[in-house]
Amino acid sequence: MADLRTDFIGIKSPNPFWLASAPPTDKEYNVVRAFKAGWGGVVWKTLGEDPAVVNVNGPRYGAIHGKDRQLIGLNNIELITDRPLEVNLREIKQVKRDWPDRALVVSLMVPCEEQNWIDILKKVEETEADGVELNFGCPHGMSERGMGSAVGQVPEYIEMVTRWVKQHSRMPCIVKLTPNITDVRKPAQAAKAGGADAVSLINTINSIMGVDLDIMSPSPSVDGKGAHGGYCGPAVKPIALNMVAEIARDPATHGLPISGIGGVTTWRDAAEFMALGAGSVQVCTAAMTYGFRVVEDMIEGLSDWMDTKGYTSVDQFVGSAVPNVSDWQYLNLNYIAKAKIDQDLCIECGRCHIACEDTSHQAITNMVDGVRKFEVIDEECVGCNLCVNVCPIEGCITMEPMAAGSIDPRTKKPVEKDYANWTTHPNNPMAVKEAAE
Amino acid sequence: MTQTKASPDIAAGRLPEDAYAENFSDLHPLLDQHEAQVEADRCYFCYDAPCMQACPTSIDIPQFIRQISTGNPTGAAKTIFAQNILGGMCARVCPTETLCEQVCVREVAEGKPVKIGQLQRYSTDHFMSEFSSTPFTRAAATGKKVAVVGAGPAGLSCAHRLAVHGHEVTLFDAREKAGGLNEYGIASYKSVDDFAAKEVDFILSIGGIEVRTGTRLGTNLDLASLRAEYDAVFLGIGLGGVNALGIEGEDKSGAIDAVDYIADLRQAKDLSKLPVGRRIIVIGGGMTAVDIAVQTKLLGAEDVTIAYRRGQDRMNASEYEQQLAQTSGVRIMTWAQPKGLVGENGAITAIELERTQEQNGALTGTGEVITLPADMVFKAVGQTLVQADLGDALTLERGRIVVDADRKTSLADVWAGGDCVLGGEDLTVAAVEDGKIAAESINAALTA
Repeated sequence: MADLRTDFIGIKSPNPFWLASAPPTDKEYNVVRAFKAGWGGVVWKTLGEDPAVVNVNGPRYGAIHGKDRQLIGLNNIELITDRPLEVNLREIKQVKRDWPDRALVVSLMVPCEEQNWIDILKKVEETEADGVELNFGCPHGMSERGMGSAVGQVPEYIEMVTRWVKQHSRMPCIVKLTPNITDVRKPAQAAKAGGADAVSLINTINSIMGVDLDIMSPSPSVDGKGAHGGYCGPAVKPIALNMVAEIARDPATHGLPISGIGGVTTWRDAAEFMALGAGSVQVCTAAMTYGFRVVEDMIEGLSDWMDTKGYTSVDQFVGSAVPNVSDWQYLNLNYIAKAKIDQDLCIECGRCHIACEDTSHQAITNMVDGVRKFEVIDEECVGCNLCVNVCPIEGCITMEPMAAGSIDPRTKKPVEKDYANWTTHPNNPMAVKEAAE
Repeated sequence: MTQTKASPDIAAGRLPEDAYAENFSDLHPLLDQHEAQVEADRCYFCYDAPCMQACPTSIDIPQFIRQISTGNPTGAAKTIFAQNILGGMCARVCPTETLCEQVCVREVAEGKPVKIGQLQRYSTDHFMSEFSSTPFTRAAATGKKVAVVGAGPAGLSCAHRLAVHGHEVTLFDAREKAGGLNEYGIASYKSVDDFAAKEVDFILSIGGIEVRTGTRLGTNLDLASLRAEYDAVFLGIGLGGVNALGIEGEDKSGAIDAVDYIADLRQAKDLSKLPVGRRIIVIGGGMTAVDIAVQTKLLGAEDVTIAYRRGQDRMNASEYEQQLAQTSGVRIMTWAQPKGLVGENGAITAIELERTQEQNGALTGTGEVITLPADMVFKAVGQTLVQADLGDALTLERGRIVVDADRKTSLADVWAGGDCVLGGEDLTVAAVEDGKIAAESINAALTA
């Protein structure tokens, strides 16, 4: 059994699965249940200053469902903890004492004044929590008051507050980033410049889940009105993966520890975040959908997968996929693949044909010699992979790379064996020209 | 003291009062919205979908299923009705397992087709509960009059399409109620809550169709007069005659035409009052044989056997229907043909069945005869066209009316469709298609 123990910026946990700062970590009762279930750590739901915030007393969550009510995406308009600061601090202290082997990080959000941060840091330090996470991410409610994503959207503020935190506290500091920006590298760079030990991302995405067409209100509707909320769950995972990868491969932040967040539902999701550079992962929606037990298979599944791959500790694969994240311009234009349909697996639904015929390159037949048959026309196939994606049968359509030296029936040119990319392509007006002899 | 029942043992009320409603409830209850959404999501929205090709009425199945999936069951129903105005009944009675669902790519791939029939019913039932009339509007009146004879699936389909085109239709039927086999023939558990009658009302809501029941071709109606009075005539008269077994003792009481008994059952106000035998033998291998066998079993018959003269694979009843019979407790006895009916005092008490075999493709009796006690023997060995009713103006072949691809008969102003025509498939859905095609052809002829 692989060793899942994790040391993330000096914060140790028995496994890399933490619960994100969110409703599941709002109080001792929940957190203790989570630890009993096996979670490696929690980031306590964001603390603010007294008097505590208030929440709406109507719906706080909205969801996108699959046809069988599978929860695909969730959004929320819940604010930071609405319990008194003192109660939270007392419980944090107690839980850390009772569960010394688990990671316990405290999420914080107070106004952008140095004294406010000094005050709360002092109180948190007394709990002996393992570290703090600065909530610069929440896109709803608190941002209207100049906190949360309103800070995360201004790199200068991120740097400033992070610096205060590092200056006035000995605790490890994670800066939680908002995805509601154009280039996530800038806030990450700012966090690093301010002295952050790590970043965590993504926080939730600005969203309106839908519109109730009977009452013409965004959903979830609070007495006929709706405010944008933070979107999360399986649907946001691709966005989160990209942002994690961008920070992991940016020379300015490369090596900065990352706690990956965004739609982690299974051990495989976690492994993907980790392969892109996350040293731990944080989970919320999966727990809110299924309860804390989901961590059992996350642990088991990740461990089993590591065994099959021969990894004995998580640090052996964290970041392994980062070198393969590339700019488009460096992709190999001499790599040529053609779709291939396995006729034994094909169930003849014709989706590949109509997708290709209507929206792509007219490269798949629907009839061969008067018989319903779906075959790739290599002379037309550009290898786009759309057919693979729309095919309902996994493994029925595959992309087969062409061997170097063979002739591409589409271009009638031989497949080059050497790598070549856009930067040197003759069609590129900016191409790097060979220096003249 | 041992009590022996009088022979034959035929009695009503074999079951507790509440058992009838339970036994004759919907075979496949209506899907609820969530079930329909989940099932619709299984459809791959195939290109040039095989299911659509397999549907005799060419319903755009992927489209209507997609409409269910998008939360538009009304639109789904319109898609269905555009091709098949009896989509509601067809959803209940079509042997989908040998039509659309047989060729569903998910049947081919995993043996679990999309439940097309049940989805069709979901949307048509939705529409018929939401709207009181068909989604069609009539074209301007043409002033043309068409006689449609037979208010079964073929006639109803034809009449509706003609009415849509603005023609005036008179719909004749021999029975007391319109609907044909939908009303009098379909097994009860496939059409509960008087659905056949509701569907007739729905179809007639288009307007321009006058129904005259109790008018029977060959009795109080004749083809020559109809041709003289109307611009065109459509014959959807079905098969009014029943094949006899041709064995000794058939005149005894207890030897019953299955279609007659089913009609009585369908029209019975109280099934507990319908007498049924304790021991039943059904002769035949088609849908009617299964329908009578299952329904007598559900009425409380103790011992029901279908005797078929060939192997089970040759039965006209679909595999699904055969399984339905067997899971309902009906025994299917193959390679047995009726030899004679034994009786006392004019009532049958037993049937003699001879074992059969196939030799060089020919079916022969082996000479081995077994006698099974029977209180009722049902004849379900096919129906025939009563040729005498038609006069002699029409060309017939093998006992059926000959029609061309447009369902036009040998007479220029007479069209025909449904079970009475040659080459028919004896399916409700095929009859609907016949009526639709004939109506289009009639419309073309009348507006040329």
